Amino acid sequence: MMLPPLDPWARALLVLRLLHVDPVGLGGLWLRARPGPARAAFSAQLASLPLAQTRIHPGIGDTELYGGLDLSATLGAGRLILRAGLLAEAGVLTLTMAERCPPGLAARLGQTLDARGCALIAMDEGAEPDEQLPAALADRLGLFLCLDDLPLAAVSETISGDFNAARALLPHVVLPATVLADLAITAAALGIGSLRAPLLACVAARAMAALNGHDTVQPEDAQRAVELVYAHRATVFPEPEEPQQEQTEQEPEPPQDDTDQGQSDQMDIPEEILLEAALAALPRDLLAQLAAGQSTRATANSGTGAARKGNRRGRPLPSRPGRLDGRNRIDLVATLTAAAPWQPLRRAQAPHHAALHIRPGDIRVKRFQETSDRLLIFVVDASGSAAMARLAEAKGAVELLLAEAYARRDHVSLIAFRGEGAELLLPPTRSLVQTKRRLAGLPGGGGTPLAAGLKAAMEVALQARARGMTPSIALLTDGRANIALDGTANRALAGEDATRMARVLCAQNTPALVIDTGKRPADALRDLAVVLNGPYIPMPRADARKLSVAVGAALDA
Amino acid sequence: MTQHIVSGAFPFSAIVGQDEMKQAMILTAIDPGIGGVLVFGDRGTGKSTAVRALAALLPPIQAVEGCPVNSASPEQCPDWAEIGSKNVISRPTPVIDLPLGVTEDRVVGALDIERALTRGEKAFEPGLLARANRGYLYIDEVNLLEDHIVDLLLDVAQSGENVVEREGLSIRHPARFVLVGSGNPEEGELRPQLLDRFGLSVEVTSPKDIDARVEVIKRRDAYENDNGPFMQHWRLQDSALRQRIVAAKQALPLLKTPDSTLRDCAELCVALGADGLRGELTLLRAARAQAAFDGDAVVSRVHLAAVAPMALRHRLRRDPLDEAGSATRVARAVDDLFGPQRAAAE
Repeated sequence: MMLPPLDPWARALLVLRLLHVDPVGLGGLWLRARPGPARAAFSAQLASLPLAQTRIHPGIGDTELYGGLDLSATLGAGRLILRAGLLAEAGVLTLTMAERCPPGLAARLGQTLDARGCALIAMDEGAEPDEQLPAALADRLGLFLCLDDLPLAAVSETISGDFNAARALLPHVVLPATVLADLAITAAALGIGSLRAPLLACVAARAMAALNGHDTVQPEDAQRAVELVYAHRATVFPEPEEPQQEQTEQEPEPPQDDTDQGQSDQMDIPEEILLEAALAALPRDLLAQLAAGQSTRATANSGTGAARKGNRRGRPLPSRPGRLDGRNRIDLVATLTAAAPWQPLRRAQAPHHAALHIRPGDIRVKRFQETSDRLLIFVVDASGSAAMARLAEAKGAVELLLAEAYARRDHVSLIAFRGEGAELLLPPTRSLVQTKRRLAGLPGGGGTPLAAGLKAAMEVALQARARGMTPSIALLTDGRANIALDGTANRALAGEDATRMARVLCAQNTPALVIDTGKRPADALRDLAVVLNGPYIPMPRADARKLSVAVGAALDA
Repeated sequence: MTQHIVSGAFPFSAIVGQDEMKQAMILTAIDPGIGGVLVFGDRGTGKSTAVRALAALLPPIQAVEGCPVNSASPEQCPDWAEIGSKNVISRPTPVIDLPLGVTEDRVVGALDIERALTRGEKAFEPGLLARANRGYLYIDEVNLLEDHIVDLLLDVAQSGENVVEREGLSIRHPARFVLVGSGNPEEGELRPQLLDRFGLSVEVTSPKDIDARVEVIKRRDAYENDNGPFMQHWRLQDSALRQRIVAAKQALPLLKTPDSTLRDCAELCVALGADGLRGELTLLRAARAQAAFDGDAVVSRVHLAAVAPMALRHRLRRDPLDEAGSATRVARAVDDLFGPQRAAAE
């Protein structure tokens, strides 16, 4: 018998109860919610967790996390004062603005979670689908909850009661081997590659059983566990649909038909229920994506690994006052110079102290200036008859550029436009592996929505700039725009739109170049290049190698 | 809150499948000179579990008590280290974690600010490289490591010595370690220079087989909820494996390497177009370790073929337009060169 799916607030309360029973075992919670009444209500409930709670932010340093010398206090007191790190004492860490968590912090928190050192509640406030928790953390947190679109009216009751009984029962809960196998098989059927997911589902099922007072995990416990742990991780729709695992982040599952046949042959009833329960609990947008055979959203944080601004290398800048937080390096000479004029005064104040008098305010830290990483955005015309050849060459050029990207610190992105709009085929990345997976099959043909292509490029460029990269755009086309921004086939309007977009790009100071792959140079494209304030390169027979050389030369100039 | 008592790392022998990864780690335990292992693969495939389990397999080392660089005898201790004792004790082989975002100071060591500020003394505070001497240095998410740390590691790995010239300090100490790295290739590529530093490279994927997946979950669940009996069972297997590794270590110097095997090594590397000679050297060392582990007295083509993919796959010149993976290319070359002989030997 299958339990009906939970309504959102009941689900939130169930998550809270589970966290009460076994917070550390579950790893924690990925809470995706913008600030709002529902989140406030939920956070208030979180405060009742029985463990010490600590809030951390994405910019937190190692000294705070791991502890160490408290320099300010040591200097002030004149004797050694050590401070314990947050990880040493914390029961529950709350990471605010988790969507901005840098990879380094994610790796460190991941290590702590693996060591069962704490539970993490990641408050993901991402507004766009591409802003979300780093995958390294999402994989380790057992529960997921999305409170967006939940009105305050839906917040009805609060949790209450005593969880001591459930906690006492937890170590004695038995997980039957059949249920365990069902959980593993369900994960595989949903295309969840990571083996952490079924493990976390086992933990959740035990906690669920303890909560319900069962000493053996019952099918309904397992069902709820699957709803809470698997739903947001699903990457394939477990129906014999066309195989579509190209772009998924995890390793593609074995051919879907096999699994499904295996299921229909040997599947017993509880497992079917588990699968259905997971499907019923799938977030709506994810369900639509899966049903349409598209990739999942498990892609956002990959490929931007090294896009951080460094502060420990590059050209030195004058040092400035600062705190030693484990990420800065002290400029010893500047610190002593800053402290020197004050020595007589301070000595008079504290005559018993013979050594140098250094106060926290004297500390100077080193600063460095570093040039940011470059992003090259290819905007490729996929319309008309020559589309396939051009796309193939553009793909080749992208891969060639990536092959040398490590040396030139380049990231590459690819946008194709055809028919009525533009599509971001490859988000900014340095990963050759990811590129190959994504560029495997590309459609071509249709009209030329040049303006839409430029618009998509501009959006990518803006995002990249926000991440500290320097974007440049390379436009590959052979024809004139004939589809306007609003999707209508109006040649005059289309040309106008394209010029307008080009002007915006130019105003944003984004370097661009136009490569004309047509047999005869087109004046319209030459004019566009003028508006873009970039070079115009006619290249009637573009091939990948020539293309990458030309783009490299034009951008380096 | 209940917390199950879980003692010790997950046992190495209890890892389901992932044979290539386990093989590579065993080989590097037999002969640390092979130069480390790089494990690349998806999330949640047991990469870090395997590395942490490896520590339990390594035979202990003899080191001076309290020495920051694990010196084997009191004479070898660096002069800057103030060590009270001269006792040589047996201690586990160090396996040191190098966390992402680690500062240069923590890696190489730096002026001991604590002592400088509180006592006005100039003293050296050794870093992770010192602690990893004669042991293993493990870097999780190695492809996300910042470039300046990578440069530093390359330099030290090459010279086997850490030289610190900063903030008025002039210190040098030995830093010979085996690099073990893991990462997810979708998050970023590894620089070829660092890639080349790893002796062996393996690729891991989630097990495809449902039974294997169920078995993984079962064992992990037993590890967490039924720790005592589980560890007892697998610890026996681990210690059997460790004895085999120790025996292989002793057998290693006695192995015979015929000239024909050397020729095979060179031919294979030439056929694959591997850059430099490090490929040949690593291939030979790995094959010798494999032969020692198998209990054979002579290194033969069978051993070469068994280790060729992991020793060579990361040394091939990358062709971005070639769709086939480098492992396939190595396997193909091995078949082309050794195919008939291997069939005859079997």
